[in-house]
Amino acid sequence: MKRKRGEQGSAAVAFSLATFLVIFTIVTVYLFLAKPAWGWFPPSITEFGKQIDAQFHRTLVITGIVFVVAQLGLALVIFRSRDHGQKASFFEGNSTMEFIWTLATVIMFVGLGLYGEHAWAEAHFQGAAPGALQLEVTGQQFAWNFRYAGPDGKFGGTKPELVSASTGNPLGLDPRDPASKDDVVSPVAYVPMGHEVELLIRTQDVTHSFYVRELRLKQDAVPGMTIHMHFNATVPGEYELACAELCGLGHYRMRSFVNVVSQDEFDKWIRDQETALQQQ
Amino acid sequence: MVTHEGGGHHHPPSGFIRKYIFSLDHKVIGLQYYFLALFSVFLGMALSMLMRIHLVWPNAKMPFTPGGQMTPEQYLALVTMHGSIMVFMVLTTAPQSGFGNYMLPIQIGAEDMAFPVLNMLSFWTTFVSLVVLVSAFFVTGGAPISGWTAYPTLSALGEIAGPGQGAGQNLWIIGVAIFCIGSLLGALNFITTTVDLRAKGMTLGRMPLTVWAWLVTAILGLLAFGVLLAACLLLLLDRVAGTSFFIPGGLVVTDTPIVSHTGGSPLLWQHLFWFFGHPEVYIAILPGMGVASHVLSTFSRKPVFGYKAMVGALGAIGFLGFCVWGHHMFISGMSPYSAFAFSLLTMTIGVPSAIKTFNWLGTLWGGRIQFTTAMMFGLGFVSLFVTGGLSGLFLAQPSIDLYLHDTYFVVAHFHLIMGVAAIFGIFAATYFWFPKMFGRMLNETIGKAHFWLTFVGVYSIFMPMHFLGLAGHPRRYADTTGVNFLAPLHPVHYFITIAAMITITAQLIFLFNFFYSMKVGQKAAENPWNATTLEWSIPSPPPFDNFAGHIPVVYRGPYEFSVPGATDDYIPQYLAPERVGKAH
Repeated sequence: MKRKRGEQGSAAVAFSLATFLVIFTIVTVYLFLAKPAWGWFPPSITEFGKQIDAQFHRTLVITGIVFVVAQLGLALVIFRSRDHGQKASFFEGNSTMEFIWTLATVIMFVGLGLYGEHAWAEAHFQGAAPGALQLEVTGQQFAWNFRYAGPDGKFGGTKPELVSASTGNPLGLDPRDPASKDDVVSPVAYVPMGHEVELLIRTQDVTHSFYVRELRLKQDAVPGMTIHMHFNATVPGEYELACAELCGLGHYRMRSFVNVVSQDEFDKWIRDQETALQQQ
Repeated sequence: MVTHEGGGHHHPPSGFIRKYIFSLDHKVIGLQYYFLALFSVFLGMALSMLMRIHLVWPNAKMPFTPGGQMTPEQYLALVTMHGSIMVFMVLTTAPQSGFGNYMLPIQIGAEDMAFPVLNMLSFWTTFVSLVVLVSAFFVTGGAPISGWTAYPTLSALGEIAGPGQGAGQNLWIIGVAIFCIGSLLGALNFITTTVDLRAKGMTLGRMPLTVWAWLVTAILGLLAFGVLLAACLLLLLDRVAGTSFFIPGGLVVTDTPIVSHTGGSPLLWQHLFWFFGHPEVYIAILPGMGVASHVLSTFSRKPVFGYKAMVGALGAIGFLGFCVWGHHMFISGMSPYSAFAFSLLTMTIGVPSAIKTFNWLGTLWGGRIQFTTAMMFGLGFVSLFVTGGLSGLFLAQPSIDLYLHDTYFVVAHFHLIMGVAAIFGIFAATYFWFPKMFGRMLNETIGKAHFWLTFVGVYSIFMPMHFLGLAGHPRRYADTTGVNFLAPLHPVHYFITIAAMITITAQLIFLFNFFYSMKVGQKAAENPWNATTLEWSIPSPPPFDNFAGHIPVVYRGPYEFSVPGATDDYIPQYLAPERVGKAH
């Protein structure tokens, strides 16, 4: 009696659940293969970014295979082993199979991880190339400021008590320090195309995060620290910088732009800024 | 030593308060935890619904905002409280403290937990922590806006850092600290009970995988919550006593220099928090793994495939869970060299996780699957665990994390793996054990409807979020209009919000089924699922001291289904060898 009740509806449920898993798998795989324009990486503008993309794709292939095998395997076993009056087979395990899939996942997952360390090492273990443009990025609730060292190549001193965004000194530059006199401070960044840029990332108040999608770079700005990153952008354009670490009520609108321009345009821009400074 | 007639049968307390409020009975305490989680999960869902509505209709009038629209700080308060309530009050309480409390002593053949008074205290401590946490909504400035991770200096500087960062943040810290104490008491109790109170014959190798999962989870809790408790105290001291554990010198907030602090490190909090926070993920999911193994075996009428490998994988996941906290901090400014180690160790966790998945499929293979609602949630758990786990392989790599960290890809990942998969574990456990706990069956037809709406619903909510993340959408944005590149993503948000509305509404079906079946459901027999473990040897619901003084003797492992040569397709653990029916 009991068995009969189990059989009824078992096929229908098994079929619908298996079918759902198959459809779900197909849709998911399709979307990741289709790379929908609305939900995908914008093109990378650095060679480094292309490495990140390549590692992402390697990971996508490996996880994609495991995903398909596991979901379809689940669908298959649900349908195949549904209750149709058969007796369940009895086995409590299989050491050989355990060993094989353990070894396979170790090789796949750890191998993948090792492969990806390369790009990370390039971002963080190597310093910026010699002659890099020094660009200080400072986050504060809820704005970004960029500082260039000026002709003397030195960032001037700053003092917390001099910080006053309202009177035009958002970084608290110390006017008594001669090195600070030629420092160019700008709410948007300009960088020369094809030239190495070294970022010095700081914050004045809480943790923020420097994130430019096209650079494939993200780095928290941490109170009390100055953190170095570097990049070399090769495609001109205006790229949006969005804060990526919760920093308070204005987090969602804490953005700026990084403009990648030709060397000539950059030279002109920075000269104009310096001239403006001298006229103050 | 006094021996009572009938082997020491105890009588239940007669007063209402000792019976239902300050009860020492592990079953009542388990239910108290369960109802606390049930209340919290609906509260947490309501908060998420408000967030989803605000993201799509930012100008919508909200009932609780007298001025009209929701402000960014109100949105972030919802973010903080949704996360905190779900992680602490739902995912930590229901699977472990709720079901663990109720079922662990019975499954190992004990009359109660090792320390019943401690058990009562741990529930009431947790209850107080919920009250303190929720009270943050009602103080000046409202609930904190620094997220459930409460990173300093945002969380440490006080009101100057933003609304909610005054009294609200203090209450949050105190609430979480109290929660830690309750969880520590609970963990001690679970470990002692499992080690000391097992019935005769209940060797470690015969413990149900649920018990193994609760044991490993308790060990994680014992090691992790102590650290969070310490971190909370330090953060509170920074806020109220002028210390500088997490606040460095030279800060300026909105043109005001912070002169009273110097020398602290915000990264110290992140290390302490994630040393707790990563094991916390496993605290949420391990009991679900135990339940999934248990339910899958029972309803495919087959032994768990690779029992020892399953126990080993639980232990490995638990151990490795303490070695990988740094993968939350790849871009935090910690040493980039340590990212190397944290990354490889994290990838290694994929291995025991994969073992579990393969073994679940191996358990189902060749079985005779009965599609009860409990089983369907168990099967859903496996699917969700795979989907949510695999996206972890992207985030475990620091290079890819440079792009995906703190985007919606992360939101999709952790909701699927520690949120929804864990909730499916809770649902599987609810549909499976409800007959034992309340003596009546849950309605299976309503249950199936609940399963389908929930399963399709959660995938519809969280799968699209991966693509938001791939487009670089940062999390915790109160509004999608502040940044240009988010504009094209609005239709995706719209789709997610609609899916969330349907899925959340579908949970009312569960609530109805729960209370309706409790009153008028079909009466449950002692062992309605033909299951094997000890809880099915006693009446539904169980008597006050579980076994009415007759502690069972355990003769065999927990998953003897479809044993060749036996008449029935299941042999309970408590059935003496001579009573096993032999087929001729």
